Amino acid sequence: MVMDYMLSEEEQMIVETARTIALEKMKPLREYYDEKEEFPWDIVKEFAKADLFATYIPEEYGGFGKGVMGLVLVVEELCKVDGAISLSLAATALGAFPILIAGNEEQKKKYLPDIALGKKIAAFGLTESGAGSDATGMTTTAIKDGDYYILNGAKCFITNGGDAETYTIFAKTNHSRGARGISCFILEKGDIGFSFGKKEKKMGIKASSTRELIFNNCKIHRCRLLGREGQGLMIAQTTLDNSRPGVAAQALGIATGALNEAVNYARKRVQFGQPIASFQAIQHMLAEMATEIEAARALLYASARMIDSGKVKRTSKESAMAKLFCSEVAMKVTINAVQIFGGYGYTKEYPVEKMMRDAKITTLYEGTSQIQKNEIALNLIKEYVTKSKL
Amino acid sequence: MNIIVCIKQVPSVTNVQIDPKTGRLKRDGVESVINPFDEYAIEEGVRIREKVGGKVIVITMGPPQAESALREALSRGADEAFLISDRTFGGADTLATSYTLSSAIKFIGNYDIIICGKQASDGNTAQVGPGVAEMLNIPHVAYVRKIELLSDKSIRVERIMEDGYDLIESPFPTLLTVVKEINNPRIPSLRSKMFSKKAFIRILDAATIGVDAKKIGLNGSPTQVMKIFTPPQRNCGEKFSGDAKDIAVALVRRLSELGIV
Repeated sequence: MVMDYMLSEEEQMIVETARTIALEKMKPLREYYDEKEEFPWDIVKEFAKADLFATYIPEEYGGFGKGVMGLVLVVEELCKVDGAISLSLAATALGAFPILIAGNEEQKKKYLPDIALGKKIAAFGLTESGAGSDATGMTTTAIKDGDYYILNGAKCFITNGGDAETYTIFAKTNHSRGARGISCFILEKGDIGFSFGKKEKKMGIKASSTRELIFNNCKIHRCRLLGREGQGLMIAQTTLDNSRPGVAAQALGIATGALNEAVNYARKRVQFGQPIASFQAIQHMLAEMATEIEAARALLYASARMIDSGKVKRTSKESAMAKLFCSEVAMKVTINAVQIFGGYGYTKEYPVEKMMRDAKITTLYEGTSQIQKNEIALNLIKEYVTKSKL
Repeated sequence: MNIIVCIKQVPSVTNVQIDPKTGRLKRDGVESVINPFDEYAIEEGVRIREKVGGKVIVITMGPPQAESALREALSRGADEAFLISDRTFGGADTLATSYTLSSAIKFIGNYDIIICGKQASDGNTAQVGPGVAEMLNIPHVAYVRKIELLSDKSIRVERIMEDGYDLIESPFPTLLTVVKEINNPRIPSLRSKMFSKKAFIRILDAATIGVDAKKIGLNGSPTQVMKIFTPPQRNCGEKFSGDAKDIAVALVRRLSELGIV
C-alpha cells in the first residue's frame, strides 16, 4: 500500500508512465547494462518517447511544468527498477537547471526544448580533481577575449560526460574575486578545444558514464555565459537546491526496490521448515526498512512541494535534509536487503547486490552526507540569528 | 485516410466467470480494460495515419463507464472518440451489436478502413467485425497479420490461416480484423495521456444515429444462450518414436496415407 500524498491526476500519470517504462523497457536490460557498462541509449530513447524528460521543464519550453516534484516522481519510479540507467535522465536535469535558473530567453529557447524532448541529454560540470566539496578551489579558467571566452582546465567525475550534447560548466573568470569570480557557461559537444578524458570504472551506477572533461583553449562566444560574470557559484548553489531532491528520489527509488525484493524473498525462502518472513528477526528488519522509507518519502515530497511553491527564495536546508535522509536510508535499506537474502544476496543472481552498490553513490555526489549536514546546520543557525534579531 | 477502430471494454481477467443460471458473463467488481486484440487494431490504425495522414476515430458501444476505454484509446494515439450509448442498446447479442455499430459508422461517415480486433476476450465470438462489414455492405478480411497500402483506393493484406497465409487485395472502404502478430502496441506517452484526459468524447444515442428499435438491444437479439462449455482440446499432432530409420518410414507412410506426399 502506498500512503496518500495527494498527487494530482497528472502527477499520477507521470508515475504510471514511468512505471510502465521501468518494468517493460528497463527491467529486462538492467543486468546487461550493469555488466557491459555501456551507455543505455536504447532506453534513453524510450524515456524520450514517453515524454519522461519533459516533466520539470516549463510548458513554454516544451515541458509539462511539473517542477521538482515532477522530476522526483519520475526518478523515484524508474529507480525502483534501476538506479543507474535512470541517471541519464536525472543528471540531464542537473545539467539543465543552470539554464532554467539563469538562462536568458534566447538561451532557454535554444536549449530547453531539445532537452524536454530527450533529443539531447545534458551534464553539469562543477567538480575538479582538486575541487570536490570545496568548489571554490577550482582551477578551470575562462578568460575574456573580446566577444569570446577562452576556457582552460579540466572537470572530473562528470555524469553523462561524453554522451551529453549540452554542458553547463563552471570556471573562474576572475581569480582575485574568489567565490565571486566564478561564472557559468553553456558548452556544446563539438566545441573546438572541448574534449573528453578517461571514463571512470566504478563500484556501482555502471550504466551511467562518468568522464573527465578537458578544455584546451576552448573558445566560446559570450552568448554562452549564463547570468552575469561572477554569478557562477550562486547558480551552482541554486541548481543544487533544485537537483538534490532528484538524488534523494534516486535513493528513495533504489531503497523501495530493495524492500520489494526483500519482502518477496522473505515470503518464499524457507528455512527451519517455514518462510523466513515468519521470523521476528526478519520481520523487524522489514518493519524498520518500510518505516524509514515512508519517512524519507514524506520528507522528500514535502521538500519538493516547498521548492515548487516558490514561496521561499532558497531551500538549501530542505533540499539537503531530503538528500541526506533519503541517501542514508537507501544505504541502510539496501545493506539489510542483502542481509535478508543471505549468501544469495551477495551473488549477481539477485538484484539486491547491485542496488546496494548503486545506493552508495547517493551519499556521495552532489555533496556528501557530511556536506549536507554542514548546509543544514549553517542554514538552521542563520534562521535563528534572523529570528533573534526580530 | 480515415480509419475507424471499433473497440470493446472487457473485464480485465483471463479466466472470465460465467453466471451458471443465466449463462452470461459476470462483470461485477472486475476492473475493465480495452479488449487486448483491440489494442493491436488501435496501434495499426495509428501507424497507417502516421504513414499517410488522416485521422483515427475510435468507437465503442457500451455503458457510460466505457468512456474510460475510449480515453485509453486516445492515449494510444487515436484522434477522436465516440461512445455509442443508450439504455435501449443493453442486452445486445452479436447481431444487434453489429447493427448498432454499423448504424453509428454510417452516421459518422467518410471512412476508408474499419479495423477491429479479431475477437473480444470475454465473448470470443469473432462475429461482430464481419457482422458490421456485412451490414455496411463492404468487403472484409478477418485474421489480418499485415497491412500494406497499395494506393489511396486499395490495400493488400496477409490473412493468417492454419496452413500458412492468404494474400488478399481489397478496395476501400473495407473492414479488417487483426491478430496480435500484426504489431507491438506502443506505451502511451505522458503527452498523449494528458491529451486523452481532456479530450471531448461525443455520445451517440439511439435517436442520434437513427436506429430501428426492433433491431437493437435485447429486442434485436435472437441469440439464446442454451449452454456454455469448454470445447474439447484439439490433438496436437502425431508423435513417432523409435530409431531414426523406423521413424522415417512411419512418417512417410503416414504422409502418403494423408495424400501429402
